[in-house]
Amino acid sequence: MGKVEMQASRDYYGRTLVELGKENKNIVVLDADLSQSTRTCLFQKEFPDRFFNFGVAECNMIGFAAGLALSGKIVFVSSFAMFSVLRPLEQIRNSIAAQNLNVKIVASHAGISVGEDGLSHQTVEDIAIMRSIPNMQVFVPADAVSTIKIVKEATRINGPVYIRLSRSKTPVIYDESYSFKKGKANIIKESSKADIAFVATGLMVNEALKVSKMLEEDGYSTMVADFASIKPIDRETLVRIAKSSRVIVTLEEHSVIGGLGSAVCEILSEEYPVRVMRVGIMDVFGESGTTDNLFKHFGLTAEDIYRKILKQKLL
Amino acid sequence: MTEKEKKWLEEEAKKLRRDIILMLAEANSGHPGGSLSAIDVIAYLFLKVMKYNPADPLWEDRDRFVLSKGHAAPALYVVLASAGYFSRKLLKTLRKLGSPLQGHPDSRKLPGVESSTGSLGQGLSVAGGIALSGKLDKKDYNVYVMAGDGEIQEGQIWEAAMAISHYKLDNLCLFVDNNGLQIDGLVEDVMNVNPIAEKFEAFNWNTMEIDGHNFDDIEKAISFFKSNKGSGKPTAIVSHTVKGKCISFMEHKAEWHGVAPTKEQAMKAMEELGCVESLEDWLEDNTWGK
Repeated sequence: MGKVEMQASRDYYGRTLVELGKENKNIVVLDADLSQSTRTCLFQKEFPDRFFNFGVAECNMIGFAAGLALSGKIVFVSSFAMFSVLRPLEQIRNSIAAQNLNVKIVASHAGISVGEDGLSHQTVEDIAIMRSIPNMQVFVPADAVSTIKIVKEATRINGPVYIRLSRSKTPVIYDESYSFKKGKANIIKESSKADIAFVATGLMVNEALKVSKMLEEDGYSTMVADFASIKPIDRETLVRIAKSSRVIVTLEEHSVIGGLGSAVCEILSEEYPVRVMRVGIMDVFGESGTTDNLFKHFGLTAEDIYRKILKQKLL
Repeated sequence: MTEKEKKWLEEEAKKLRRDIILMLAEANSGHPGGSLSAIDVIAYLFLKVMKYNPADPLWEDRDRFVLSKGHAAPALYVVLASAGYFSRKLLKTLRKLGSPLQGHPDSRKLPGVESSTGSLGQGLSVAGGIALSGKLDKKDYNVYVMAGDGEIQEGQIWEAAMAISHYKLDNLCLFVDNNGLQIDGLVEDVMNVNPIAEKFEAFNWNTMEIDGHNFDDIEKAISFFKSNKGSGKPTAIVSHTVKGKCISFMEHKAEWHGVAPTKEQAMKAMEELGCVESLEDWLEDNTWGK
């Protein structure tokens, strides 16, 4: 196996916006003084007339997004997850979601992988919050390739969408054959009878693949599924996974409260109860550090997860 | 404006006030004070100024009105009914389960409502987005917004004020319904917002102060706004009004912010307005302009 390609999803978001902007004159992009970081600056360069900076005033940006969408625009709004979800949450709920408006909130710098900026910028609650808002759809790409496909798919959806991106460069998992459909999970590693199934989202899909390999080497059979579409969620595939595996491990770079792990438990407790172990941030805030060190600190690396699985005698 | 026109507007405003009071009495909840302070400006906009087509509510060249102070929904509803967006019969369903006349305006349920509002401070930003879209699409529609004076305590209003002038949205006209009262008392006691016009001027808006119950004044405000188109500056009209206007026992009283009149109080209000209707007659009446 050659060297793994590393890419930041936000770069591919910026490039995809430019591509979409060429095809569709109705697309406008809003940012709040973070366009270099969110990469919407690429769209600004190409289409300065359809790019609007709102300065450090996110609540107003969301309101403007609502007004533009009410007038028929497809609106992309970007900032860090902290400032595009948590700060203007009530505006998102009342001005956008309640009117089912065509606004795509694409947040970069979600989760603890933001790194050195520390807890004020590390959002671990956004999936939980956004998934609880009616009309809102929630997608979390696992790599650069899936980011492109998901951003394009979001443009085809008529209604509010939240897409969660990361700051850091992460391995490219998929090739061009990857396709994304809302409400559909992507089984990366199939098994008709698995000892353990990994249900992961975002950056943690890569960790899931690594743990899976480690356990396979120990003689266990494993399954790995990418749940990029957290809302709507693929109930059918989830139940099928539960039926064909002894135990499920959910992985997310997000609080274990309210995110993918919770969504999985909600469905399986109703439809097919099996043992679930949730890997994520254990109801604590983040802190400064490199992404790698933070992943170790919060027990999110493949090695940590491998050890936890053995320690908890899940197998 | 001719005396005849003015007289007609005053008569219309009286009927609209009648409907506000009676629909609130029937709903047994809602916000009379701010509806009665706002009604003259809203009525003038829909009856004399704005272009729209009730048969085609989403006609893309229409002028837009956003009621940022969404709790004054009754004032918007009676005007929309009068403008022909829906049957006046619907007014009696205000705030009842299944009614498109929600407690606060809902654009998904009622034609003529440009944007859902109710959570204060958001409508001005939304109106800004609509005005920006108009500029992008090279449309010449105008966007009118009404905010409350208590509402402008919200920080988002000033974020919007900055952005609307930054993007030179001279197609937007904001009315601040300056009735001086909010739920907990006098605006200047709860959290002083004065001076209002000077604040907007500092944010690079054109401003004017008017008596918001005087149709000559309201007409002047609209001319002022229209004469400013092309200036690159938005317009803010500080509309001095009276909370509970025209109903003696409601005027200048913060208590009437969010309490509906009883049937008896509603009848007393009808006497003051010179309307003979009982609530029962009104509920039976399906005509407009009686």
